[in-house]
Formats: sequence, structure tokens, C-alpha cells
Amino acid sequence: MSLMELRQVTKSFGAIHALNGVDLSIAPGEAIGLMGDNGAGKSTLMKIIAGNFPPTTGEIRIDGSPVHFTRPLDARDNGIEIVYQDLALCDNLTAAANVFLGREIKSGIWPFRSLNYNAMYQKAGELFSELKSETRPRDLVKQMSGGQRQAVAIARTRLSDPKLVLMDEPTAAISVRQVAEVLNLIKRLKSTGHAVILVSHRMPDVFEVCDRVAVLRRGTKVADKRIDDTSPEEVTGLIIGAIEAA
Amino acid sequence: MTDSTNTPQDAHDKTAQTPVDHAAIDDSITSRREVSGIGAIIRTQPFWVFVAILTIGVVMTFVSDAFLTERNLFNITRNMAFFGIMALGMSAVICTAGIDLSVGSLLGLCGINLALVLQAGWSVEIGFIACISTAALVGLINGVLIAYVRLAPFVVTLGMLAMARSIAMVISNNKMVYEFGPDQELFEWIGGGSMLGVPNVVWVLTVMTLFFLWVWRYSEWGRWVIAIGGNAHAAKLSGIPVERVIVSVYMVCSICTGIAAFMFIGYTGSATNGMGATYELNVIAASVIGGANLMGGIVYALGAPIGAALVELIRNSLLLAGIPALWQQFFVGLFLILAVLLEQLRNRGGK
Repeated sequence: MSLMELRQVTKSFGAIHALNGVDLSIAPGEAIGLMGDNGAGKSTLMKIIAGNFPPTTGEIRIDGSPVHFTRPLDARDNGIEIVYQDLALCDNLTAAANVFLGREIKSGIWPFRSLNYNAMYQKAGELFSELKSETRPRDLVKQMSGGQRQAVAIARTRLSDPKLVLMDEPTAAISVRQVAEVLNLIKRLKSTGHAVILVSHRMPDVFEVCDRVAVLRRGTKVADKRIDDTSPEEVTGLIIGAIEAA
Repeated sequence: MTDSTNTPQDAHDKTAQTPVDHAAIDDSITSRREVSGIGAIIRTQPFWVFVAILTIGVVMTFVSDAFLTERNLFNITRNMAFFGIMALGMSAVICTAGIDLSVGSLLGLCGINLALVLQAGWSVEIGFIACISTAALVGLINGVLIAYVRLAPFVVTLGMLAMARSIAMVISNNKMVYEFGPDQELFEWIGGGSMLGVPNVVWVLTVMTLFFLWVWRYSEWGRWVIAIGGNAHAAKLSGIPVERVIVSVYMVCSICTGIAAFMFIGYTGSATNGMGATYELNVIAASVIGGANLMGGIVYALGAPIGAALVELIRNSLLLAGIPALWQQFFVGLFLILAVLLEQLRNRGGK
């Protein structure tokens, strides 16, 4: 059974139709590359799944039952975690503080419930080492490389053991070496049974880590194929419209 | 699951690149800090301001025999404490990249309310509650307008500066109050008295500073305020109730001012509606000198009393050195700019 299923999702902003009847389903441990040109509707689709706004029509099903998200926390409660393109990190806090932001571990008795630094450092350290990242829990995010920052954002999604991780352009603004690091992180997520939706412009990344690729063009899903059955050339053609649909 | 077979391979590649085994790396990773204890203290603004205070203090002992007398130190610490208490709250507001210009007027309004309640014959406890409620209400209005209506903090609190002062004038009917009812003696002792040779208001400042030390380091609320100052959007996406926290921050700032007002009226023994005019500038100066960054995201509990101490020390030193009092604001302003410059230089040095 699919983990998450979108059925005939449409989204209109006034007269603009950002999405027209998109279907998409994803199984546990599966990674889907969501591709499309600027304005194709990728971000809109992401935001609907992330709970930033509801679809105009259509429905989202998780484990077979319909859900309604009105804010990002609803999506998180339903096992969906998002890694935003800008990563949404607080530069002035440590890696561990960012991982636990809004979900701090506390100990003691009210009203003196205190942040439990040791527990958070230790747990964050475990998450980073699970991700095979050399990010240090006590470092300030401000001083980190792009790859390390990405690891912090991904580690944060693992606190709640989500079913589905949404990643928005995780490799857009980082160096080649760090791209390899991030792709490894994605593979690690898959190998532990998490479903991943990867929004990316970078064809090599999608072909390296994803099992399927879905292509959006002007708000419509024009292709949804297994990576093994397609090629970068075909996907490029689909994105720019040289190939109508596949 | 086509790629899952790659995983052991990648793990292997990774270990091959790194000369040490992972367990050792993990251990060193989790035990390392961003900077060691002493290093962390030396990097903070309050530390350098404290050094400046000591330096001025040493110089002043040679300039004036009166400086190191018990009487003078008593006066310095008492005078700074009122600003220090207000600066503790102001630091929280500044940490969210906000500003509260209304604290001076609020001091006047709280003072008048408190004085009128006491004059009407109520007990000092009721007076305290009236004083703090006034402060909390003003903070609530500021906070709601800023967090929910999304008006600029500068504008909202500038408006409140004018409004609070005006209300103080209206309800006091422009008269001075110096009758504080049945508890007058107790009330004036709380604000103006001392215990163990230390002014009561300094005790209050000490307790509040210790409390804020805990808040900024160990409380969830403190962590959230700092996160909002660093990146409000990220804080929101992390599930932090950003609007509510911001409202609470403005209320905390106002309540600190309310506490300062309660002590201040008791100390001066009279309440006029002009009290606290332009205090907001000294309070903001004390906070910023103490290391609060107007861009948000940085706060030190010790910064407030240390910044307030420097401002008061400048005033006191000029007086004792025989320099005309007209120069006071010049030096406060100078140190304010130097403090911000110092912080800029340290940040550039770090990169």
C-alpha cells in the first residue's frame, strides 16, 4: 500500500491554475524525484504536502485515510517532515539547538523545567553519526559548511521518525563534494525505510538516488516513470515540452 | 529500493577516506564544544565592558578620593539598579530584533497609578499588583500590535511613549503625589532602604539577573526568544508559537519596567507624571553596551546590569572629576557607539 497518495490535487490562486489534477503516490523506502521547470508547480505541490496551504480540490491520503493540513505542524503530526530550500536554520544557535528547535528535551519540575543540554547533545550526536556526517552538535550553525547545514536540517527530520521526508532543492547551493555528502544522506534515509520526495533541478542527483521521477509541466503531471525506464534526455524533453507526455 | 544496495558501499568509501574509525570520531564529535569555557567568556561583549568598568574604576581611585568610599559605591550601585532592571527586559525585546521606546513613559504611568492606589489607602501589595498590571497591560497592547497586527516595533512603542505619558498626566491631573497611605513607611523602605549595606533595589536587580541567567541558558522560553531573533521564519516552521512568544517578550519588558517603577517611586518618595522621561534612551544604551544586538538573536543576562553600571559609572566619574554635568550625555553616547563598534570589529575578526 502506498504511504502517501495525492488524488486529483488542484490548486488555484485566483485565475492562475498552479496545479491541475495531479496524482502521485509513494511507497515506504521509495524516493521520487519531482522535476519541472520554474513555475511548473513543484513548489506549490510541495507546500500542499507540507501543510502550508490546502489544495483547492482533491485530497491527500496517508496510509489510505484522507487528511487535511491547515498548517505545517499538521503535516509533521502525520509523519511528514520537510527540509526547506533555505533549510530554515537559526544561525545563532548550535547544531543541536537547531535539531531540537521547538521540541527541546527538558528535565526538572515546573516552573524550573530546564533544557537538558547533555541529552540533546548526545541525541544530536547520534543522529549525525547515523547520517555519517561529521557535524558537531555544539558548533554554531553560522560557522558550518553547506553540507553540514544540510545534515542539521535532515537530522531534525529524524527526531520524530517520519514516514516521508520532503526535500526542496537540497543540492542547489552547495559544492560538489558536499553534494555527494547530501546524496549519501538521502540514501541513508531510504535504507531505513523512509520515503523521500526530492525536488531538484539537477538531473544527475535525481538519477543517482531516486527510484522514480515525476515531471510537472504547467501544473500537470506529464510523466511518472521508473528511473530504469527513462533517461536524462527523455526527462529533459518532458520538462521543456519537447516531448508531450510519457 | 534499487539504490539500497549502494549503502554499504558508501559507508565503506567514507571509512576509507577517513583515517580514524567512526567510534573515535563520534566520541570526539560529541565531546567537543564550539569554544572552551574561558574562551567563550572572553568573546562576549559584557566581559569587555566589565574590563572597561574596572579600568575606569582604577583610574578614578587616583583621580578622586571620594570615588572608592562606601557612600559613593552605594550610590552608584543604587542608581544603576533601576536602569539595570529595565535593561533586563529591554534586552529580551532587542533579542527579538525589536525595540521598546515606551519604557520611560511606562515608568511614569506605572508610578502614577501606583501612587494613586497607595494614596487612596490601599496596602502596598495592592499597589504592587496595580503597578505590575498596568505594565503588563501596556506590554500586552504593544506585543499584540507588533506580533499579530504586524506593525513595526519602533512605531508602536513610539506611539505608546506618547500615549502612556499623556494618560499619566490625565489621571494624575498633573499633580505630584507624595502621600502613600498606611504603608508609606514600608513602601519607602522597599524602594529606598537597604539590607546588609546593599540597597534593596540592588538585591532586586541581583535576583532578577540570576533569574534571567537561568532563563537565557536553560528555559525553553529563552531558547525560543533567541531562535526568533536569529530566524523568525525558521522558528515558525519549527512549530514555535512565534506570535505568542513575541507578545510575552513585550510583556516581560514592561513588567521589568513596572518593577523598576515600584522601587523608584519608593526611593524618590514622590511620583510625578514626568518621571522616566528620556529613560528609554539610557535603558537602550545600557542594553546595547551590555551586548544586546539590535539585529536580534543575541542576549546576555549579565549585559543589562553591566551596561547600566557603565552608564552610571560615566555619570559618577565625570561628576567626581569635576567635569561639568553637561558632558554626561556626550560620554554615554560615545560609549554606546564604541560598544557597537567593538562588537562589529569582533564579528569581522571572527570571519
